[in-house]
Amino acid sequence: MPQKKQSLMITKQAHWFAYLVPALLFYVFFMAYPLLDSLRLSLYTGNNAANRTFVGLQNFRTLFTDDQISTRYWGAFSNTWYFFFIHLVFQNCLGILFAVMLTNEHMRFRQVYQTIMFIPTTFAVLVTGYLWKLILNPVWSGDFFVSIGLPFLKYPWLGDTKTALTCVSLVSCWQWLGIPTMMFVAALRNISEDLLEAAKIEGAGPFQTFWRIKLPLIKPVVGIIAVLTFVNNFNAFDVVFAMENVNGAPGYSTDLIGTLFYRYGIAGQHPIGIPDAGLGAAIATITFLILLCGVVPTLKKTQGGK
Amino acid sequence: MNSSIKRQNRHVTSHLLMIVWMFVVLFPLWVLVINSFKTRLTIYDNPFWIPRKWNFQNYLTVLQDGDFLTYFKNTLFVVVISLVIVTLVSSLAGYALVNWKNRASKFFYFFFIAGMMLPIKIASIKLLEITRNLGLLNTIYALPPIYVAMGIPVAVFILTSFIREIPEELTEASVIDGANSFKIYYLVILPLIRPALATVAIYNLIPFWNDLWFPLIFINEESQKTLLLGVTRLFGQYQTDWSKVLSVLTLSAVPVLALYLAMSQQFIKGVTAGAVKG
Repeated sequence: MPQKKQSLMITKQAHWFAYLVPALLFYVFFMAYPLLDSLRLSLYTGNNAANRTFVGLQNFRTLFTDDQISTRYWGAFSNTWYFFFIHLVFQNCLGILFAVMLTNEHMRFRQVYQTIMFIPTTFAVLVTGYLWKLILNPVWSGDFFVSIGLPFLKYPWLGDTKTALTCVSLVSCWQWLGIPTMMFVAALRNISEDLLEAAKIEGAGPFQTFWRIKLPLIKPVVGIIAVLTFVNNFNAFDVVFAMENVNGAPGYSTDLIGTLFYRYGIAGQHPIGIPDAGLGAAIATITFLILLCGVVPTLKKTQGGK
Repeated sequence: MNSSIKRQNRHVTSHLLMIVWMFVVLFPLWVLVINSFKTRLTIYDNPFWIPRKWNFQNYLTVLQDGDFLTYFKNTLFVVVISLVIVTLVSSLAGYALVNWKNRASKFFYFFFIAGMMLPIKIASIKLLEITRNLGLLNTIYALPPIYVAMGIPVAVFILTSFIREIPEELTEASVIDGANSFKIYYLVILPLIRPALATVAIYNLIPFWNDLWFPLIFINEESQKTLLLGVTRLFGQYQTDWSKVLSVLTLSAVPVLALYLAMSQQFIKGVTAGAVKG
């Protein structure tokens, strides 16, 4: 008897699946399947189905043992981590600081600050990248800096291997800071008034309230922001494309995994110009594994119950 | 008394810090706009101050060139189509995920949500092949399906949590009247979730409008280029004339910026919606 009732329930419920079909079609065909199949393609060579042959782990072997390719890969790998690290420090320190200010009710013009702070985020990375490239060009702005008594600013920031990556990273931070800040603002606003009131009555100062109450409560958001930054930075491409070029000039010092992937897998390396889909898929597979290893533990640690 | 003065002082530092950051944010944009009204040569004197003589020729040249308007139309088409499809299919999915109460529904929910953490870019090798096989390479029609797939995870997330909040009494009446589930979706749910649909659209507007990667790898044909891809072309073409480059950059950024300034609070809410409710 209960069995029958249950099966009746299932048939009655199953029509809901029909509502999922349109979304599933797009999502499976243009996201899930290409993603998984890209992993499979890392074991093949050849650029299309007709001339594709199975080569096992050959692509990975090339990536890690070929003199030139492995040098480029590890260079891009460490550059990407550096790029990520700068974002993490910048976003968490400045983002939380600004968010605490913007949630202070006694502070005037909060709305105005918030609105302006978010403007760069609405711009394309390409646009701000080109723009900063001009501003940092010593031929254009150098004489002005000298004339206002800041001659040390006249410097080929983007042309020197020592400074280029830092400049590119900071421009990217400048562009995106609005998002983590607004997330922190939203999280801080969610903290109950009673809790803060209670802390005040107990005699907690603003610093104590911040470290002991606010920070632990916004930890989940810190986790989400770290994950989003991590995922985005391992795919960053536009900012280097705009400010330097797809080769990560000067001397590959701004080469990121994103630009490396583009050169090897999509556009083809400069002298030959033929993309190697297998090698590209191998790079994508490793990125996928790195993201998985980074994202899952971070979410587990910071999201508590979930 | 003493503490109130202290509090005032603390605000002074806060305001100072904010003003410094506002300067850092706005200064490049100021540079962008004022220099777009200079000429190829006058751009070199007084880089950070207004032009001695305002020059509107750059904008006229760019707009009369014709290509720019083609790029603009292409992007507008791609973005609008993608936003309509993504809100539509995700609202249907969210509606089902809330009402379908069993294990499979939970599985599909997490299947969709997982995409939030997976960047679609790493699937590019396969997407390139799929696009080629569908015969969409070098056309703008290659882009909407990918943008829709890209937008679905967050859209499903936002819409499911929104639909879940709708009190059951509102739908029960229609059930008693004998309305089927699609009628309920169309007549009851859809009007109620309009604010959430707007949030979803805003959330996706910026990444769709500002995407460079997929147009770059799919489209080579001049008439099919999107705005940003066109900007890279014009950047190469006008390379020796920065004032013209800057007017192209300004024109490409104005639509989203204007929309943002008109409804900044909704934008900020939309962009943070994906993370905060979790």
